Amino acid sequence: MNPGFSQWMSGGGPEGDIVLSSRIRLARNLSGMPFPHRMKDEEGRAMLSTVEDAVAELEPGWNIQFKRLDSLAPLERQLLMEKHLVSPMLIQNPIRYEGVALDDRESISIMVNEEDHLRVQVLLPGLQLDEAWQVANRLDDTLEQHLDFAYDENSGYLTAWPTNLGTGLRASVMLHLPALVMTRQAPQVFTTLAQVGIVVRGLYGEGSEALGNIFQISNQVSLGLTEDELVHNLTVVAQQIVGRERNARQHLMEQAQLPLADRVGRAWGILTNARVMTSDEALRLLSDVKLGVDLGLIKGPLPYTFSQLTVMTRPAFLQVDAERELAPGERDQIRAATLRTHLLGKD
Amino acid sequence: MNEDQGQVCQRCQQKPAQVHFSKVVNGEKSERYLCEDCAREEGAFHFMLGPQFTVQHVLGGLIGQAGMPANRATVDTRACPDCGYTYREFAESGRLGCDRCYQAFRSELNPLILRLHGRVEHRGKLPSRGAKHLKAQRELDRLRQEMAEAVKREDFEEAAKIRDHIRTLTGGEAHESGI
Repeated sequence: MNPGFSQWMSGGGPEGDIVLSSRIRLARNLSGMPFPHRMKDEEGRAMLSTVEDAVAELEPGWNIQFKRLDSLAPLERQLLMEKHLVSPMLIQNPIRYEGVALDDRESISIMVNEEDHLRVQVLLPGLQLDEAWQVANRLDDTLEQHLDFAYDENSGYLTAWPTNLGTGLRASVMLHLPALVMTRQAPQVFTTLAQVGIVVRGLYGEGSEALGNIFQISNQVSLGLTEDELVHNLTVVAQQIVGRERNARQHLMEQAQLPLADRVGRAWGILTNARVMTSDEALRLLSDVKLGVDLGLIKGPLPYTFSQLTVMTRPAFLQVDAERELAPGERDQIRAATLRTHLLGKD
Repeated sequence: MNEDQGQVCQRCQQKPAQVHFSKVVNGEKSERYLCEDCAREEGAFHFMLGPQFTVQHVLGGLIGQAGMPANRATVDTRACPDCGYTYREFAESGRLGCDRCYQAFRSELNPLILRLHGRVEHRGKLPSRGAKHLKAQRELDRLRQEMAEAVKREDFEEAAKIRDHIRTLTGGEAHESGI
């Protein structure tokens, strides 16, 4: 099996140098069924079949294929998580009656029996929240012709957590903010965001660390505003953060170009020469190299996008690519080799 | 741990390793053997603080506060008639058992929802099936209003026409009309 890249990793899109991806997620549940954490096995299996049938009814143009998670090897499940197509929660053991439907570009994903019965996700490269919302909205309209979604005229869509009530919408963008971190502005920016109802998380969502200076920001509130308002608000906030990051980069280039060039040059040297590399170190160095390329301190473009490089150095991707399980030590060697060849364009 | 004995700190390669630090991030386990000084410098102790404190972790606490703690004993025994989820389970976990729980625990939920979202009224999209229903409801309300006005101005012919229209829409009843 070829681990492959998803469309969202293509590196393009508006503000694509800083905004790695945009995601819209809609939480939906079927009426009259317990939420996944309360399901009996037969109810869980029935839900999987119901959604599988609904997906089969979608027009062929969507190109969406349904998979039961228990039909996938553990490494394949972890790969889906590393590519941000499913959440860490969905692939947590034991696998019972979880499923995922993906389109051929891996831009659309419908998780089944995660915290809600359905979580419809659309991922696009760059800052394209509104575009992602339009796609998610159309898919939601289509699914609703086959599925009886739970809702209340006053409260909107009913979700397992009251935090998702109403629109069930979570908009999020993945941002690469190395200059805000280097100039120590990040904590202050994030504190301000919290005050306006924006949540900041690490690379893999809730509870994860901000590896590689990659941050995910999303709306906290899902009720009382329209989807368009929620999407617009987060877009505006993301644009402001991008502006701050650009200012910080300019400041670094004017005030500290030599140490900065030294730092990114060293990162390049290690990445293209090391023989053993952990995934945390790889992310940290790739972040520096990405910044170096963005600022013209390293000659670009690289043969692969930053998003592709960060995903291809993750453990499951490496192992699926190698077509076998690798012990952690061996993994670190193969990661180093992968980075050397891919950064130098020698594959 | 016995196998740690005699191991040298992986960072400074000098002092003996005293902290065994293993971390699992998204299924990948990494292990470090560090001396105390290096562990502190690397911020290793930071991870011993446990999982992140998120909104969902404090939800349970919020429910107790936002609900009716004074009346706890009576509230506690209630359960959702559809799925059997109890108020106590909801208050402890912060999440609901099924969509009908929203109705069953409405009085406790509303203050919580207000705290979480700052509002309680949904303004976004609804399933078009629902929207169709709403539209039909609004149309009925309008017709009943027209019928009442016709009765008031003693235009009974018009009122009867509207009544028949309402009957076809509702499949029989034209309630509270008095005709």
